[in-house]
Amino acid sequence: MENLVQIALQNVNMAAILPSLILTCFGMGLLLINVFLPRGTTRQAVWISMIGLVVTGFFVFTGWGNPQYGFNDAVALDNYAAFFNIIFLFAAGLTILMSDDYLHREGYPVSEYYPLILFTTAGAMWMASGTDMMTIFLGLEVMSISLYVLAGFFRGQVRSNEAGLKYFLLGAFSTGFLLYGMALIYGVTGSTKLTEIGIYLNGHASLLENPMTLAGLVLLSIGFLFKIAAAPFHMWTPDVYEGAPTPIAAFMSAGPKAAAFAAFLRIMEYCFFSLKPEWTAMLWVLAVLTMVIGNVIAISQTNIKRMLAYSSIAHAGYALVGMVAANEIGYSGLLFYMLAYTFMNIGAFAILVLAGKKGEDNLTLEGFSGFGFKRPFLGVAMTIFLFSLMGLPPSAGFSGKFFIFAGAVEAGYIWLAVIGVLNSAVSLYYYLRVMVYMYFRDPVEDYAWVSLPAAAVISIVIALIGVLYLGIIPGDVMELAKLAIF
Amino acid sequence: MISVYHYMSVAAILFAMGTYGVLTRRNAIVIFMCIELMLNSVNLTFIALSRHLQSMDGQIFVFFVMTVAAAEAAVGLALMITFYRNRDSIDVDDMNLLKL
Repeated sequence: MENLVQIALQNVNMAAILPSLILTCFGMGLLLINVFLPRGTTRQAVWISMIGLVVTGFFVFTGWGNPQYGFNDAVALDNYAAFFNIIFLFAAGLTILMSDDYLHREGYPVSEYYPLILFTTAGAMWMASGTDMMTIFLGLEVMSISLYVLAGFFRGQVRSNEAGLKYFLLGAFSTGFLLYGMALIYGVTGSTKLTEIGIYLNGHASLLENPMTLAGLVLLSIGFLFKIAAAPFHMWTPDVYEGAPTPIAAFMSAGPKAAAFAAFLRIMEYCFFSLKPEWTAMLWVLAVLTMVIGNVIAISQTNIKRMLAYSSIAHAGYALVGMVAANEIGYSGLLFYMLAYTFMNIGAFAILVLAGKKGEDNLTLEGFSGFGFKRPFLGVAMTIFLFSLMGLPPSAGFSGKFFIFAGAVEAGYIWLAVIGVLNSAVSLYYYLRVMVYMYFRDPVEDYAWVSLPAAAVISIVIALIGVLYLGIIPGDVMELAKLAIF
Repeated sequence: MISVYHYMSVAAILFAMGTYGVLTRRNAIVIFMCIELMLNSVNLTFIALSRHLQSMDGQIFVFFVMTVAAAEAAVGLALMITFYRNRDSIDVDDMNLLKL
C-alpha cells in the first residue's frame, strides 16, 4: 500500500499544471475575498484577477522551452500548451479589462464574474495541456460549466437567460457525443492516453477499418467541432453570442474556441495520425462548409453582434484549413491565427461594449451611423480591427490567413486555398458595410453616452498593439509557433 | 452467456434513445434528462469495456463523468429556474427572442 502511494506521488509533477494551479488558487481566493467586500464593489476583484493573470503569464513565459510532464503522462506543459496558454491569458485579460464598467452600466456589479473567467481560463489550459482523454474531458467541462454561467450571467434579462440555457443544453448534448467517442476509442485501444492510443492504432492496421474506431473518431470530432462552432454544428453560436453579455461573447469567440482547437489538434495528431487521410478529407468538407455558411449568412445580418458571431464561424473555417493542411506551416499558422484572432475579435467586441447603451448593447448598423466622426478614437480602432478581420495587410488577420493558406497550398490543397481567399473577398462586403455606416452616414445621434473608461481603453490599446505587431512583424511570433507544434 | 457485446448494445440503444429525446422533446427538463441518459449510456459502455479489457481506466473515467454530470446538473437547473422566473415556462419553443 505504501509502495503504491510512493509510486503515485513520484508521478505527480506540480510544475506541469502550475499555470492553471495558480489561476485556480487566485479564483478561489477571490471567491473568499468577495464574501467580505460590500456588495457592488468590483474594482478589487478586477485588480486581483489581473494580478493572477500576470503571475500566471510570468510562469508560462519562464516555462517556455522547458517541457514538463506529470500525473502519469496525463498532463504535458510543452511549448504547444504554453503557446495556447498565452492566448487564453490574453483573451481573459482583455475581457476582464473591458468588463468592469460594462457590468456597472448594465446593473450587475457582481464580482463573482471574475473568478468564473479565471476558472474558464484554467479549464482551457487543462484542455491545451491534456495528453489523456480524462484530462481533456475535465478541462472541457470546467471551461464549459463556467461559461454556461457566464452566458446567463444577467439573470434578470430574458435574452441572457435564453443564451445561457441554449448554450447549456446544446453544450451538454455535444459532451455526450464527445464522451461516447472517447468510450469507443477506449474500447478499441484499451487506453485513454493519447500517445498509447496512437501507437496502438498505428500497430494494428486492421483496427483502422474497424467501424468502432471510425465511429469513435467521428463522435469525438462532433464534440470538438461543436465547441469550435464549425458548420453544421454552428447553430448555437449566433443565438448565444447575441444574448450573452458582450464581453463574454468576445471571450467565448477567442479563448474557449482556441482551447477546443488545441485539444482537437492534439488528439488528431497524437491518436489518429494513422488515419490522417480520412480525417483531413472530413475536415476539408467541413472547412469549406463552415467558411461559406459563416460568410454568406453574415452578409444579411443587421445586428453587429450577430454579424460578428457569424464572422467567428467563418474564422473557425479558416483555422480548420490550417488543420487540413496538416503540415508545419499549416499547424503553426493555426496557432498564429488563434492569437491574431484573439486580438482582433476581442478588440472589435470591446468597441461594441463601449458603444452600447444600458440594456441596448445589441447595436444595429444604423446605430453606428456617423460613429467614426463623433468618436474618432473608437472609430479608428474599429476600422483597424475590421481591416484585420477582413485580412488586409498590414494586420494580424492578413499574416494569419497568409500562413494558413500557404500551408494549404504547400500540402497540395490549391482549391481549398482558392475557396478560402474567395470567402475572404465575400467577407469584405459585410465588414466594409460597418465602415460605410461609421464614416459615410450622417450621424443620427451624438453618442453622448459613450464614455472611455481607462480599463477598457487599455484593453483596446493592447488589442491594437497586438494586431499591428502581428501584422507588421509576424516573423518572431511565427518562429515561436513553429517551435510550439509537435 | 451475457457478453460485452450485450452491454455495448444496450448502451448504444440507450444513447440513441437519449439523442432522439433531445431532438424531439420540447420541455427543457425532459431534454436535460435525455442528456443524462446519454451520459449514463456512456458510463455503461465504459464499465463494460473496462471489465472486458481488465483495465481500470474506464472505471476511473466513469467517476469523473458522474462528478461532472452532477456539477452540470446544478448549473443547468439554476439556469432553468432563472429562465422560468422571467418567462413562466421552460418550453424550448419559448426560447425565441434570439432569432434572425
